[in-house]
Amino acid sequence: MANKVIYAVYEDPEQLKEGARKLVSNGIKVKDTWSPFPIHGIDPIIGVKRTRLAIVAFMFGITGTCLALLGIWYMNIFDWPMNIGGKPSQALYKNLPAFIPVTFEFTVLCAAHGMSITYLIRNNTLPGMPARNPDPRSTDDKFIIEVRTADNHGHSAEAITGLLRTTPVFEINERQY
Amino acid sequence: MHSEAAIRQPLILGHKTYHDITQDIVGPIESKAPRGWYVLISIAGLIALYGIGCILYLLSKGIGVWGLNKTVDWAWDITNFVWWVGIGHAGTLISAVLLLFRQKWRMAVNRSAEAMTIFAVIMAALFPLLHMGRLWLGYWVFPLPNQFGSLWVNFNSPLLWDVFAISTYFSVSLVFWYIGLIPDFATIRDKVTKPGMKKFYGILSFGWSGNAKAWTRFEEVSLVLAGVATPLVFSVHSVVSFDFATSVIPGWHTTIFPPYFVSGAVFSGFAMVQTLLLVMRKVMKLENYITVKHVEYMNIVIIVTGSIVGVAYITELFISWYSGVEYESYAFINRATGPYWWSYWAMMTCNVISPQVFWFKKLRTNLAFTFFMSIIVNIGMWFERFVIIVTSLHRDYLPSSWNMFHPTWVDVGVFLGTIGIFFTLYLLFARYFPVLALNEVKSILKVSGESYKKEAAQHHHH
Repeated sequence: MANKVIYAVYEDPEQLKEGARKLVSNGIKVKDTWSPFPIHGIDPIIGVKRTRLAIVAFMFGITGTCLALLGIWYMNIFDWPMNIGGKPSQALYKNLPAFIPVTFEFTVLCAAHGMSITYLIRNNTLPGMPARNPDPRSTDDKFIIEVRTADNHGHSAEAITGLLRTTPVFEINERQY
Repeated sequence: MHSEAAIRQPLILGHKTYHDITQDIVGPIESKAPRGWYVLISIAGLIALYGIGCILYLLSKGIGVWGLNKTVDWAWDITNFVWWVGIGHAGTLISAVLLLFRQKWRMAVNRSAEAMTIFAVIMAALFPLLHMGRLWLGYWVFPLPNQFGSLWVNFNSPLLWDVFAISTYFSVSLVFWYIGLIPDFATIRDKVTKPGMKKFYGILSFGWSGNAKAWTRFEEVSLVLAGVATPLVFSVHSVVSFDFATSVIPGWHTTIFPPYFVSGAVFSGFAMVQTLLLVMRKVMKLENYITVKHVEYMNIVIIVTGSIVGVAYITELFISWYSGVEYESYAFINRATGPYWWSYWAMMTCNVISPQVFWFKKLRTNLAFTFFMSIIVNIGMWFERFVIIVTSLHRDYLPSSWNMFHPTWVDVGVFLGTIGIFFTLYLLFARYFPVLALNEVKSILKVSGESYKKEAAQHHHH
């Protein structure tokens, strides 16, 4: 039997969540959902793990802090200590207050851009990438659940669509793949 | 789904569906631009071209063609710089600070406010570069190892802090704005039918698909970017104020400058947002999304920040007397009564007295009056920077070198030119980009939409 992918189209995020709950409680794995805006509360239902992007941002930020301090130390203390108004640059810790603004800005710069680049790569959203949403209406006003029969060997396509029809679904589309 | 108190006014008027929101925003992008748009962009474009001509003339002749002299060596250029940076504060404040405070009304205005921020910061950055005289050596401000001897930039200097603050602020704002735009570009991509446009928005949307994990990441990135952008917004104008506050010029050497500059920046930024949005909501028929309530909220921000600015002016004045420093008190007496008294009183009237009229609900919900006030505030804030810079410099420690500043036509031309470039960029944005954050506005539709709120209220009564 050919594998099938089933798209259940809803008109409201709450109705989609109802459908997803119904499927999951019957032991059916939901592959993914597609929506025009974030559906709050869908992640625990279909088993999407929490993203670690915030940790990435912290890592990039702390790297930025270290790089900034190291760079400033090298340029203004080690390589060419300047003597301005009889106040020479002698040691990093002595000049630190004056170095805080640049260190802060560089930390923010690295955290924000590091996280943003990671985000774009992880999401596969880069210039020239093709769109992968199954239905163009999913960026407008439709909320779609994707279920694959290959993930659900104990359930037939008919059983899954039958179950979906008991929820306020707008339409159901099936495709071979 | 959480519901909202019935007493809160709806943020989206009328009966809208998700599809209506898409249609209302993408429709104007698909169809031909109204005639008014062509008229406006022609005017803005001509002014921009004149400004570019002035800049080219300036570059070929050197900054001697500006009205600067030995005594007043910072004048219109740095005034314009600080003014534009200030205007560039509203966008990130709306999108970052108000996101952290979970203010839903930000969603209708954040996109265009952020666009305004980015264009304003570009205009701001132009002035220090021009002031260097040799624009093409502008990259010397960065800590690059160079072939001119192993001298590095000075990390003790507020001018260098400014380089880092402005470039970080600009690039982070740009990325924050673009990440929010990606899902909306995808909406346009999936909606338009012309192949050229489909291709164009397809590239801009980076292949966004809107699956569950992508949205989770989107929300996390928005939140963390808002978190890092919030201290960034406050740091940028603080650092700009350090350019003055760390010097030993009477009138500049004050510790009140950072908070005073930041609130002034928010004040002028919101005024510029009002100027732009009040026109845009009318021309693009966005009255159901940018409501009178939104305008009122922004007017409340204007009155709060305007009052902070007022307190700062008066504190500054008091301290100049209380400190007992002769030079300091002279600087302030000279500001108010010297040859530039008119600019001081223009600033006081526009920034301190006039925003107080917004205490009246009738006035702060009157759109024509708000538009008029937004212009007044921006004139006032320009004068604030002029007063701080020029009146503090023009009578320095040596009376023999006291001098006046007279702007030349190049000063005026470059300033007008930046206004032209700014409006040209903004009009292009309004024509080709989604002017509302579609995905955010849709997410509050069923909670804050007028018809849904009414339905919920009726449901509650039964």
